[in-house]
Amino acid sequence: MNNHAKQHLILPLLLLIPTLLLSACGGGESNVDSGNRTGTLHWGNGTEPQSLDPHIATGVPEHHIITAIMEGLLLKDSTTLAPKPGLAESWTVSEDGRVYTFNLRKNARWSNGDPHNANDYVWSWWRALQPALGNLYAYMYFSIENAQEYYEGTVTDFDQVGVKALDDYTLQVTLSNPTPYFLQLLDHYSLYPVHRGTVEKFGTADERGTRWTYEGNNVGNGAFQLVDWKINRRITLERNPYYWNSDQVQLNKIIFYPTENVVSEERMFRAGQLHRTGSIPADKIPVYLEANDSSLHIAPYLGTYFYRINTRVPHLQDKTVRRALAMTIDRETISKSILKAGQIPAYAMTPPGTMGYYPESDLRFDPEAARKLLADAGYPNGEGFPTTEILYNTSEGHRKIAVAIQQMWKKYLNIDIKLLNQEWKVYLDSESAGNYQISRAGWIGDYVDPNSFLDMFLCNGGNNRTGWCNSEYDRLISDVAPTVKSHAERMTVFGQAEQILMDELPVIPIYIYTSVNLVNKSVKNYADNILNQPAFTEMSLQPEQSNIDGAQY
Amino acid sequence: MLRFAFYRLLQAIPVLLIVISLTFLLVHSAPGGPFSADKAVPPEVIKALEAQYNLDQPLWQQYVSYLGDIVQGDFGPSFKYPGRNVSELIAAGLPATAELAFYAMLVALVIGVSAGVAAAMRPNTAQDYIPMSAAMIGICMPSFLLGPLLVLIFGIHLEWLPVSGWGDMPGDKILPAITLGTGYAAYIARLSRGGMLEVLSQDYIRTARAKGLSEPLVIAKHALRGGLIPVVAFLGPAFAGLLGGSFVVETIFQIPGLGRFYVQAAFNRDYTMILGTTVFFATLIIVFNLLSDMLAIWLNPKLRQQARGES
Repeated sequence: MNNHAKQHLILPLLLLIPTLLLSACGGGESNVDSGNRTGTLHWGNGTEPQSLDPHIATGVPEHHIITAIMEGLLLKDSTTLAPKPGLAESWTVSEDGRVYTFNLRKNARWSNGDPHNANDYVWSWWRALQPALGNLYAYMYFSIENAQEYYEGTVTDFDQVGVKALDDYTLQVTLSNPTPYFLQLLDHYSLYPVHRGTVEKFGTADERGTRWTYEGNNVGNGAFQLVDWKINRRITLERNPYYWNSDQVQLNKIIFYPTENVVSEERMFRAGQLHRTGSIPADKIPVYLEANDSSLHIAPYLGTYFYRINTRVPHLQDKTVRRALAMTIDRETISKSILKAGQIPAYAMTPPGTMGYYPESDLRFDPEAARKLLADAGYPNGEGFPTTEILYNTSEGHRKIAVAIQQMWKKYLNIDIKLLNQEWKVYLDSESAGNYQISRAGWIGDYVDPNSFLDMFLCNGGNNRTGWCNSEYDRLISDVAPTVKSHAERMTVFGQAEQILMDELPVIPIYIYTSVNLVNKSVKNYADNILNQPAFTEMSLQPEQSNIDGAQY
Repeated sequence: MLRFAFYRLLQAIPVLLIVISLTFLLVHSAPGGPFSADKAVPPEVIKALEAQYNLDQPLWQQYVSYLGDIVQGDFGPSFKYPGRNVSELIAAGLPATAELAFYAMLVALVIGVSAGVAAAMRPNTAQDYIPMSAAMIGICMPSFLLGPLLVLIFGIHLEWLPVSGWGDMPGDKILPAITLGTGYAAYIARLSRGGMLEVLSQDYIRTARAKGLSEPLVIAKHALRGGLIPVVAFLGPAFAGLLGGSFVVETIFQIPGLGRFYVQAAFNRDYTMILGTTVFFATLIIVFNLLSDMLAIWLNPKLRQQARGES
C-alpha cells in the first residue's frame, strides 16, 4: 500500500518534465515568414468580433472582417477614400440630386455561386430597417426617402421607401433630400446586402443572432470567405473564387487575431507573429520614432477627442466661463508631451480637411484673455468658482490628459478641478443621464463629411448629451445644409453652424486623433487613410521584405 | 466514503443557490446596461433588445425563469455575442483554461515539492534558505510582472519561445504554464517543507533510519506520504484557483481561455455570461474541494477511520 501510494504521487511528477519539454521542441518559421511564402496575412484585430452580421455589428474589428467577406454597391479608393465602383459598375445621379441609379455587375456572385442581383439590396435594406433586429446603424439609411418613417413605424409599407429594383441589375434609390455624402455611405457595412437564402435558412429575417454568419454557414459577396472561426483565437478567411474581381486579389488567406492586450500585440509583432497590429502602446511610440522604424504607421484619423460640458450645471451655463476653460488648454503641449503620436491640436469639432472642409474657429490658447473672461463672468482670479469635476472612463491615457488639463486650469485660471474615473458602462450611464459636469469624449466619423460631426449636437441629437440647444444651429444643419445646391455652399453652411458651436462651446475640442499601427515591411500596398480602413483586395506580401530583425525595443 | 461524498454534494445545492442569487442581484444592480454604447442607442432598439432577452419582465420573474433554465442546464444566450449561447462560450474557453491550469499545476508540484523536500532534509542550512527565499519571492511576484519578464527574456531577447498564443506554435504553452504555476510552486514548497519537517521528526522515521535505510529511501518510502498531506489538501482549492484565476496570464499570452470571457462579461454587463461562468466556477470549486478532501482521507489512515466511523 505504501509503495502504491508513493508511486501514485511520484509518477505524475516525473512524467510532467518530458511532457513540458516535448511540447517545447522545435523552433520553426515565424508566422510572417510562412505567411509571406503562402500569401497569408496575419492581422492583429483588437477584439473578438461580436457578430459578423453587417446589420448587427458595430465596431472596428467587426468592420475589418466584414469588409473582407462582403462588399457594397461602391468601394472607396484606399488612399483618397473617393467612391469607386464596387458591386455596382456604374451609377447616375438625377439632376435634382435625389435619384441614384446603380447598374450592378452581371458577373457578380455570392460565395456559394448564387447570382447577385438588385433584389438582394431591396430585401437586405428592408431587413436592416426592422427594429427587432437591433441595428445600431439604422440611421445610416435615413437619407433614403421614407426610411426613417418606416423604421419608426409611421410608414408601414416598405414599397414607399425609396429603394426599387428596376430589373435584376438596376437598383434605383430615391433620397428625401440631395445628400452629397450618400455615395460615401454605400461602402459602410450597414448598407451591405446579405444572402437571403442563408439568412432565412437559420431563422427569420429580423431575428437577432442566428447562426447564419458562422463558418460553414456564412455566404458573402466579398473577395474572401469565412472558413474558420475559433472563438477568441483566430478567424480565417480564404480567397472567394466567385468574387467578381478575384483575378486581382493577391492574398490567399487572412487570419485575424483578437489581440486585446496592446502590449502583447506589440510583442507578437516584434516576434514575427503578426503582419500588422491594430494599435501600439503609447509609451512605445517614441521608441519606434527614434529608431526611425518604417513599420510604424501614423496617419490622421477622422476622429476628435473633446470634453463635453454639461450646460445644465449652473456655473457652466455661462458661455464666457466655457470659453475661458477652452482657452486655457494648451493643446500643443498635450499633443507633444503626452500623446506623442502626431495628434493635431483641435480648435473645432470637425477634423480639418473633411471633404475639403476647413472649419474656421477663433478659439486659441490665450490664458491672459481667458482670465479676463473668467473675471467678467464673476470669478476674478478664479475666486468663488465652484470645484468642478472632470469625468472620464477608466484608462491611463484619459487620466493623463485630465491631469494635465486640471493643472492648466489651476495654473491659468486658479480654479479647482476634481477628477473622477468610472468604469466604461458606468461612465456611459452617467454621461447619457447628464450626471456629470465636464466629461471626456471622443467621436469617430461614420463617413467623410462634416455632417457626421455636426449633426450630433442638434437639440434632440441622441449623442448631444450636453443639454445645449440652439435653434439657428438646428436650422442650418437640418434644413439649410441638405437643400443647398453646390458643395461649396454646403460647406459654407457647415462653417456657419460650426462657428455657432465654437462660439457657444458646449464642447471643448482637444485634439484630432491619429491612427497608429505597426505594419511589417513585407506588406505591399498598405494604404493609410483617414478612416484607417484596410483594402485587403489590394494588399500583397513580398517575402524578401520581411523585417523581423528582432528589434530590441 | 461514498456517503461522505453524497452528503457533501447535497450541501453544495444551497451553496450554489446562494451564489446564483447573490450574483443575479449584483449584476442587475450594477449601473450601466448590457446594451448601452458610446453611440446613443435609439429607445426602440433598446426596447426590442430587452424584449428579446426577457429583460422587460419584472426582476423576480427573470430570476425564477433563470433558475428554471439553470436546472435544465441552459445558461441562456450571451448578450454580447448575438447567436452564441453561454454554454457554447464556456465550452470554447474551457479546454485552454483547463490545459493551462493542468500544466501550471505540474510546474507548481515539481518545483514546489522538490524545493520543499530538499529544504526539509537540511533545515536551517543553505539548502533550506535558498529555495525558501526563492519561494518567498515566488509568492510575492505577481503574474502580471513575471509573465512579461519571462517573455522579454525567453521570447524577445533569447528568441527561444513564442511570446504568445496557445497551441499555435511549438513551445507556446511553456511560458504561460510557468508564469501561472510559479506562485503556486512557491506556496507548495512552503507547505511541503512544513509537512516534511513534521513527519521527519516522527518515531517511525527514526525506526526506518535505525533499520539502516539510506536517507533518500527514507524520504521516498516513508516520509513523502505523510509529509505531502498538507500539499494534497491544498490541491483542490489550488486547482480551482488556477482555473478561475488564469485571467491575467490568459491576457498576457493571448490565450483563448475562459478567464478572459469571464472578465469581459463583467465589463460588458453580459448578465447571462457572468452568471453562467460564476455558476460554472462555483461548481468547479465545490467539486475540487470535495476531491481533495477525499484524497486526503485516503492518504491519512486517521481520517479514513474517522470517515468510516461517521458513516
